Amino acid sequence: MNNVVVYLEIEEGVAADVSLELLTKGRKLATTLGVQLEAVAIGSGLDKIPAQVMPYGVDTLYVADDKRLTFYTSLPHTSILVGLFKDIEPQIALMGATSTGRDLGPRVSSALFSGLTADCTSLEIGDYTDAKSGKEYKNLLYQIRPAFGGNIVATIVNPEHRPQMATVREGVMKKEILDADYKGEIKRIDIDKYVSSTDFVVSVLERQMEKGKNNLKNSPIIVSGGYGVGSKENFQLLYDLAKELHAEVGASRAAVDAGWVDHDRQIGQTGVTVRPKLYIACGISGQIQHLAGMQESGIVISVNSDPDAPINAVADYVITGTVEDVLPKLIKYFKKNSK
Amino acid sequence: MGLKIVVLAKQVPDTQHVGKDAMKEDGTVNRAALPAIFNPEDKNALEQALRLKDRYEGTTVQVLTMGPARAAEIIREALYRGADGGAVLSGREFAGSDTLATSYAISCGIKNFGDFDMVLCGRQAIDGDTAQVGPQVAEKLGLPQVTYAEEIVAVESGQVTVKRRVERGVELVKAPLPAVITVNGSAAECRSRNAKRVMRFKRALVPSEAQAQAPAYPELYQKDEALNIKEWGVKDIETDVNMLGLKGSPTKVKEIQSVSFQAKESKRLTSSDEDIDGLMKELIGNNIIG
Repeated sequence: MNNVVVYLEIEEGVAADVSLELLTKGRKLATTLGVQLEAVAIGSGLDKIPAQVMPYGVDTLYVADDKRLTFYTSLPHTSILVGLFKDIEPQIALMGATSTGRDLGPRVSSALFSGLTADCTSLEIGDYTDAKSGKEYKNLLYQIRPAFGGNIVATIVNPEHRPQMATVREGVMKKEILDADYKGEIKRIDIDKYVSSTDFVVSVLERQMEKGKNNLKNSPIIVSGGYGVGSKENFQLLYDLAKELHAEVGASRAAVDAGWVDHDRQIGQTGVTVRPKLYIACGISGQIQHLAGMQESGIVISVNSDPDAPINAVADYVITGTVEDVLPKLIKYFKKNSK
Repeated sequence: MGLKIVVLAKQVPDTQHVGKDAMKEDGTVNRAALPAIFNPEDKNALEQALRLKDRYEGTTVQVLTMGPARAAEIIREALYRGADGGAVLSGREFAGSDTLATSYAISCGIKNFGDFDMVLCGRQAIDGDTAQVGPQVAEKLGLPQVTYAEEIVAVESGQVTVKRRVERGVELVKAPLPAVITVNGSAAECRSRNAKRVMRFKRALVPSEAQAQAPAYPELYQKDEALNIKEWGVKDIETDVNMLGLKGSPTKVKEIQSVSFQAKESKRLTSSDEDIDGLMKELIGNNIIG
């Protein structure tokens, strides 16, 4: 009762990075609160999950393993979580702000009438006094998230309703094993207790998933492009430079919206958060929503024709010039000097 | 086979084109400085609805929005593009709603249209980016949901087949109707306004706008029923006021801070060969690259 629980997102029997990041955070929250960390695995072929997740400090792992749960669909996962949460009454429930977590979280929170905050960038424990009633609440979950296109950061609390639910994007929290030999308990969930046959009315006919096409999150060098790159063709220059530097190519939302780059390369609040040692921003103006996703980079180089572009304020090197002009030179002088 | 479709749409401040005056000095949002627009992904949803209307004769598309009377602009924009009608949920009881209270209000509004086969909405709105209202509306209505839809492929024998675009790929799913479908920004762009429809529907008003403006040709509104956009308050829909607004919202805002980034001392370079050569030498020398 009153524990911290993490929903594990599972693809082909393996828990996703975002879930491991949340276990790491969840473990810290549970320790602060003096409670246990629990995790829920729903799917089929989950034999390897316990060994994968226990080292993150999981005290109890609930497992719902059933052929009918092979592919994620909203209704059975909702029914299992809603039923389980009613039984185990967690105080905090966390899930990834992925297409699965963002499909499941709202539905569960609606069914339980518990508050949910999407895309949190920070989670902390603290007290709260209700301004109207003067009522004090101890040890609430502060759900901190950007809003309004990133121009403000709001701290949200759920004083009266449990669990306090939050989703977090991949890469925002750090993943860290607590103890390789940590031993928690495994509890099998009796699926028929929670799920009814009408939960399986939605069927997955076809599925084409690619395993992490790019390695943006873990790349030490990122060459990233924005609207100022100007065209899909010009983006090739970024790929050329990235190839020389053994870097990955990222993009701002504007470049993704323009159709020049795939969505999975988007860096920023509504994309991936990155912490490379070198970040080369090409034609990126530097809207707050983008800065939020790369502000922890080591060295930042900004290539921009506008000497007053907001991104220049967070850059270590500002090169005033166009992408067409500067990038070929970066390649040329990298080749010249690296030999 | 005509379908009855309800499209959910939101009027939002244009957060993607934020100017320098968008934030007030106290760190709150200066809504007056931001233009109000049709939430982009709701427009994608409208297009999917209009395509079904083109495909299946007898299909009707109603648009529902929640907001002040001026949100009727959203309904007019939808009428210009082919929607059949719409309603604005309006009233102070709705103010201060979080996503859950909003979803409850909207689910009550949807039922007010009568029977329906499909609810379509954008995946998320650009002022909050939460993507919560779609699934929560589905749960409140007790219906299945399909999120992240890129294309409604087919509707047959009471089942809808939808192509979903999720992070790592594409999924084709089949769900029974009625269902709630949230549409991705990667779906087809919304058609533009139709000139003839603009001429007809530019006069479409909600009652409170009509009262304030005293329109030039009052008889038109009796002749052409579609010019009367519905305006629903709590009295017009079946709803529990305790589930609306702040009272119906489990989440509370503790505090809001404006965002500022620590500015760094930066080295300024030109695009000259000399400057770039020097930069590369420095980066390689410091083992940043190489």
